[in-house]
Amino acid sequence: MFKLAKLVGSFALAGLAGVALAQDAKTYEGIGRLATPNEVIAWDIDVRPDFVGLPKGSGSVDDGMGIWDAQCASCHGSFGESNEVFTPIVGGTTLEDQETGRVASLTDPNQPQRSTLMKVPTVSTLWDYIHRAMPWTNPRTLSADDTYAVLAYILYLGEIVPEDFVLSNETIAQVQDRMPNRNGMTLEHGMWERNAKPDVNGSTCMTNCVETVTITSSLPDYARNAHGNIAEQNRTFGPYRGSDSTKPPLSSLPGADYQPVAMTAVVVSDAGSGAIDPKALFAKNNCAACHAAHTKMVGPSIADVAAKYKDQPDALPMLEAKVKNGAVGTWGQIPMPPHPQVSNEDIAVMVKWMVSGS
Amino acid sequence: MSKSKLSEIPGQVRRAPENFLPADFVADVSANGMSEERRGFLRKSFLGAISAGLATGVGANAMAQAGPDDPAIIEKQIWQTTLGQPVAVKPYGEPSIYEKYLQRRQSPGLTAVDAASVAFAPLQGFFGIITPNGLHFERHHQGWYDIDPNKHRLMINGMVKKELVFTMDDLLRLPRTSKFYFIECGANTGMEWGNVAVPTVQYTHGMLSCCEFTGVPLSLLLEMAGADLKKGKYILAEGNDGSGMTRTIPMDIALDDVMVAFGMNGEMLRPENGYPLRLVVPGVQGVSWVKWLRRIEVGDKPYAAKDEAVHYIDLMPDGLHRQYTTIQEVKSVITTPSGGQQLLNTGFYAISGLAWSGRGKIERVDVSVDGGKNWSQARLETPVMDKCLTRFSIDWVWDGKPAILQSRAVDSTGHVQPAIRQLREVRGTRSIYHNNAIQSWKVDTNGEVSNVQVG
Repeated sequence: MFKLAKLVGSFALAGLAGVALAQDAKTYEGIGRLATPNEVIAWDIDVRPDFVGLPKGSGSVDDGMGIWDAQCASCHGSFGESNEVFTPIVGGTTLEDQETGRVASLTDPNQPQRSTLMKVPTVSTLWDYIHRAMPWTNPRTLSADDTYAVLAYILYLGEIVPEDFVLSNETIAQVQDRMPNRNGMTLEHGMWERNAKPDVNGSTCMTNCVETVTITSSLPDYARNAHGNIAEQNRTFGPYRGSDSTKPPLSSLPGADYQPVAMTAVVVSDAGSGAIDPKALFAKNNCAACHAAHTKMVGPSIADVAAKYKDQPDALPMLEAKVKNGAVGTWGQIPMPPHPQVSNEDIAVMVKWMVSGS
Repeated sequence: MSKSKLSEIPGQVRRAPENFLPADFVADVSANGMSEERRGFLRKSFLGAISAGLATGVGANAMAQAGPDDPAIIEKQIWQTTLGQPVAVKPYGEPSIYEKYLQRRQSPGLTAVDAASVAFAPLQGFFGIITPNGLHFERHHQGWYDIDPNKHRLMINGMVKKELVFTMDDLLRLPRTSKFYFIECGANTGMEWGNVAVPTVQYTHGMLSCCEFTGVPLSLLLEMAGADLKKGKYILAEGNDGSGMTRTIPMDIALDDVMVAFGMNGEMLRPENGYPLRLVVPGVQGVSWVKWLRRIEVGDKPYAAKDEAVHYIDLMPDGLHRQYTTIQEVKSVITTPSGGQQLLNTGFYAISGLAWSGRGKIERVDVSVDGGKNWSQARLETPVMDKCLTRFSIDWVWDGKPAILQSRAVDSTGHVQPAIRQLREVRGTRSIYHNNAIQSWKVDTNGEVSNVQVG
C-alpha cells in the first residue's frame, strides 16, 4: 500500500479549517497529464540486462572502427586503452576469463588499472550508456546502428568478438555469454536493503582499548602543498587557522609570539576581485570540456596552443574568430564548434590567456 | 585621536597608523569591487604596515592579563565614522569577503576533466549541520546546466496504469514536505582506503552536505500513476543532463521517504545541485539522488546502469565486486581541529564534528584524544534527526603534547563506526566506495594538525 497516511496526517488541521481534505489521488485531478506514446518513446531509452528496451539494429566491427576513430579515440585512445582522460575501456581481460566469467586480474593487488571490460558484467550496460551519453561532448547523437557498431568495435578490441562480427539485437545475447566479468558481481552485502545487516562493526570499548598506538600512514612531505596553500583554505581568525603548507611545518608552537596581522593581511589584500578572471570564463563557457592544461583531449591542450602562437601577437584576432565561428583542420579533423553565445570581449580575454599559456 | 605612547613601548602591541587606508578608497572598493589597480594599492599598504611592525589584533600573550590598549577599541574605525552601504546593493547577498577562503575545491589530479569531477565542501569551516547552498559539494558526470523550469518535465512510466507527465507548475501545486537529510557521495573518503592521500577534512570527507529539502513525496506521484506494486519492485530514476544519469532504487525505499525535491534550504535547488528538480533518497549515496530529474520508470528488475555496473561497485579482496551498494553506513569525523589546521597555543579547544547514518539516527558519538586508547562520550546538538547530520562536540584542554583525535559514531540500529583496520580485514583496500572508517587527526607539538592512520 502507499503510505498516504503520513501525508494526510499533515493536512488534518487544514481540514478542520474547512479546506478540502486530501484523501485519494482523485483530489489531484488536473495536475499532471497522460504522456503521449511518442513522448514515452523519446525518453524511455534505457536497456536492461535482459535486453528489455533494446532497439532493433546492427553494426559491424568495421563500421565501429570508423566511428571510433572519428568520435571516441580522442578521449579513449585508438585501442580504448588510454588512461589520459578517462579510465581505460579495454585491457586486463583474458580468453580464459571469457570461459569462467570472472576476471582473474581483479584478484591481483598490483593490477594498476581496472578497465571497463574488467568490471562490467552486463553488455546491456555498455549499449545503454554509449547510446545515452556518448560521445562526451555530443551525447545522444549516435543512432542505434552506430551504437551497435561502436560496441562491436570495443568488444573486438577486448578480443570478445572476431573481426568480422556484426553486433545486433539478435547476436547480443551471445556476447553476454562471453562477457569476461559476467559472474563477477555479488549482492551478498548489507548495503542494498535498508534492513540488511552490516558486514563490519566497530568496537564500543571505552578505556584501555589498545595497547600501543602506531601511526601506519601519514601524508608524505612532497604532498604537503599538493592541494594548494591550506592557510588559504581556512578562516584567518578563530582558533583553527590553516597551516601555511607552502613552507615547512613551524619549528614550535606559535604561542605568545604569533603575528595575527601576517595571517589576516593575506585575505584582505586578495579579497573581492572585480577583475575578469580568464580561468573562470574558461570554466563557465565549458572550454575545459575539450581543452585541458597539458593533455590533448578533444581539442588541443592550452600548453600546445600557447607553444604554437605565443610569439605571434597578430594571431589573436584570427584565434578569436575561430572561437566565435568555429574551425577545423589546424589540430586535426575534430571541429571546434562555433560559440556565438560568448561575447567578443570574453573570447578575447580567454584567447589571450590561452596563448599566454597560463 | 588617542595620544597613547604604545609605539614607544618595545615588544608591545602597537596601533595601526591612523587611517592607513583612505576612506574614499574603502568606499570605492565597497561600491565598485576590487580591481587589479586597487589590489596593488592594498598590497603596498600592507607591506608598509607589516614592515613597520604593526599588529591590528591582540596577541595570545595578552589574553590572561589586561595588556596595552587595543587599537581596535581605542582607534575609531572606518565603519564607525563613515556611512555604510545602503540596502539592496547586493540584491542576492554574498558572504563577507573575509570568508572567501572557504570555498568548494577540487582535489588536484583526481579527474582529468572538470565536467566529470568533484568539488568538495569546506567542512572545516561549517557550524551546525546545514550546508550553505553555495558550498554544497558538487559531483557531475557530464557537466551541469541551468535548466529552464518552463521546459523541464517529469515523466512517470513503465509498470503503471497511466504514464504521466508533470510540469514544474504541476509539481509545485502538489502537497509537499520539508525534511533535513544528509547527502554523501559513495566515494567519499575513497582516496584513503589504502593510505593517507589528502591533507584536510575538505578532501577526506567533503563529498558530504546536509540541507532542508522540500518536495513532493515520490509515493504520491507513483500512486497518481497507478504503479503496479505487486510486480514493480524497483524504480529507475533518470536525469535530464547529457549523461542521462540513471540509478535503480528498490521500491520499498522509493515508497518510504524518497522525495521529488525542488527546494533546498528555503530556496529553489541550485543548478549545480539539479535545478529545478532532483530526487532525494535519504540515507542512500548521492549518485542515486538523480539531479535534473526527468523520468521515473517502474520495473520488475534492476537496470544495471553504467553507474551500477562499471562504477559505484565495491571491489572485494576475492575479485568479486559488490553491486548495488547504496546505503551510507554510520560515520563521523572531527571537523575542528582537523587536518591542515594550525593551533596557535595550548589550552581550551571545543572539539567538534559531524556524525551521520543512512540507517537512522545518531545514538551517540565518542571521542578519543589518544589515538583510540580511551574514549569519552561527546555532546550531541539537537535536534538529532533521521538520516541527517548530527553535530557533536566535547571540551578539550590541550597540554601541548602530541595527541591523536578520533571520533566514533553509533547509530540507532546499534551499528558502530569501525576502525580502518577492521574495514580492511573484510573489504581489502581497493573498493574505492563506502569507506566509513574512524578518522584520525594528529596534533603535533608545533600545533599543526595532520591526517594520519593508526594501526
